[in-house]
This record gives sequence, C-alpha cells and structure tokens, in this order.
Amino acid sequence: MTIFRFSVSIMPRDGILDPQGRAVEAALPQLGAASVHDVRVGRRVELSVEASDEPAARAVVEQLSADFLANPLVEHWSIEATG
Amino acid sequence: MKVAVVAFPGSNCDRDAVHAVGLAGAQAELLWHEETDLHGAGAVILPGGFAHGDYLRAGAIARFSPVMGAVRDHAARGGLVLGICNGFQVLTEAGLLPGALLRNDTLRFEHRWVRLAVERRDTPFTHAVPEGRSLRLPIAHGEGCYYLPAADLDALEARGQVLFRYAPPEGNPNGSARDIAGVTDGSGRVCGLMPHPERAAEQILGSDDGLLLMRSLVESMSGAQVAA
Repeated sequence: MTIFRFSVSIMPRDGILDPQGRAVEAALPQLGAASVHDVRVGRRVELSVEASDEPAARAVVEQLSADFLANPLVEHWSIEATG
Repeated sequence: MKVAVVAFPGSNCDRDAVHAVGLAGAQAELLWHEETDLHGAGAVILPGGFAHGDYLRAGAIARFSPVMGAVRDHAARGGLVLGICNGFQVLTEAGLLPGALLRNDTLRFEHRWVRLAVERRDTPFTHAVPEGRSLRLPIAHGEGCYYLPAADLDALEARGQVLFRYAPPEGNPNGSARDIAGVTDGSGRVCGLMPHPERAAEQILGSDDGLLLMRSLVESMSGAQVAA
C-alpha cells in the first residue's frame, strides 16, 4: 500500500449566492484594487489516502467529496493529486 | 409520552427546548448525541446551536452522530421529528429534509423577530395554530437562506411541503427562496424551521406564539409511533 496526498477544492456552484465572495469584493476598493471582480470564496481540504494505486485512492476521495466534503446541491469540487 | 431533545456538542437551545416542551404539557428528556436509541420518545427535537462547531458546513458533521441512526429509524417508522434552526440544517444535511441552508444574503448573522405565515394547519406541527393567525418568533442564524433549484421548489410547493414563510412587516430576513422559513418531508412527519419557537414560548419572552407549535407537537404524539 502507498500513501497518496490530495487536495479537494470546494466552491459554490455557479448561480449560487456567495456572500463571502461578495463581502471580500466589497472590501477591495479600500485596498485600491477596484479593478478586481468576480470574487468567489470556497474551501480547500487536504488529505492522505492509503491505497494500492492512485486511481483507487482518487476513487476514495471522489466518494468522500460527494458524500461529505461538499454538498452537491450547492457546491462543486475538484480533486488534485499533490504527492 | 415524552419528547427526546438531542444535545450535540455545540447545541445551545437544548435546555430551552426541554423547558418549552414542559410548558406545552409533556415531559422532555435530554439525549446526548452518542446515544443510539431515543428511550421510547414519541417525538424528537433537534435543537438550535452550532453542532460540532458547524465545521465544514452547518449540520454536516452532526449527521454522523450516533443518535442520528435512531432519528432516521424513528422518521422511517412515521415518528415525529422537529429540527429548529441548527436542527433544520442537520436534517437537510442528513437528507431527511429537502434543500440546503446557505449563508444569509445580507452578509450578516441575523438575530431579530420575524413574522411567519403558517401555510398549513392540518399537520402535526401546526394544528394548534388558530386559523388566520401568523406567528411572531425570533431568528438567530448566519446560514438560513433556504435553497432548492426552481423546479424542485415547484414540486415542493405542489406537494404542500412548505409549512412556514416569512411574512410582512419584517419580511424575508435572509434571502430564502420564495420566503421559505420551514418545510416538511414528503411524509409530513419530519419538519424543520429556522425561527425558534422554544425561545418564544411564554409572554415574558415577548411572545408565546412558539407554544402553539410545541403544543401541536406534544398533542400529536399520542397518535404517533413510539420510538424503540
């Protein structure tokens, strides 16, 4: 068995209100960054999985993401192997 | 017959719920979330608070508490389940109620009195509410913006599962779709709402409208399935 490291990025789905992103964007003019738009705030989860190979490890992460880490009704996610 | 009130780590309205059930004329038992049965309760309340710190998403981790297996079984047998505020969030995350509760569109934690229209009175949660009576209840939440895709909302309304809506003069405090403040599941035996009936169960608190909902629940238990 090998240990595989992943990160899962979870974001609000398009069209879903993102008040955090809106609040961050509203503060930007105070920094002189008024040219920055379309701010969205999500979260990133990093985890290690013990598995026989990378596809098997990724399948575990995919399942976890759909069942727990994200709420598929309002969020989407992407999985990245990080080591 | 008694009401089980679940205490998760981070619940903070559990004792208020126990008190309000008492005012409604029934006995309540506080159940720690690690319990695996409901001690014969006729109804279960998931109270407000911040179960498991609301980490990840509100209600996301509470769904895995051992007691939730018993709550699921209770609901499957037609037992009554009421989720208040954080309890509503837990029930949506557990898949026992439709939809999701997003962050308030106001960008703020909303803590104030609201007016609720009661859409149906032929339910175990509302039958004690007099015809034409709206309810004055407090809210206190950061994530109460009810969301479902439009087509699912149409189906929810067609099936009569919208039980409470925010109404004037205060109106919708959080951006909830179609002013929805509370829903039931398809069976009508599981209900969740964001406002707090247990915090408005006696006049000294500014309103006793919440007692109408507590009384409905307590009176409905006599005809309800008893938990194992």
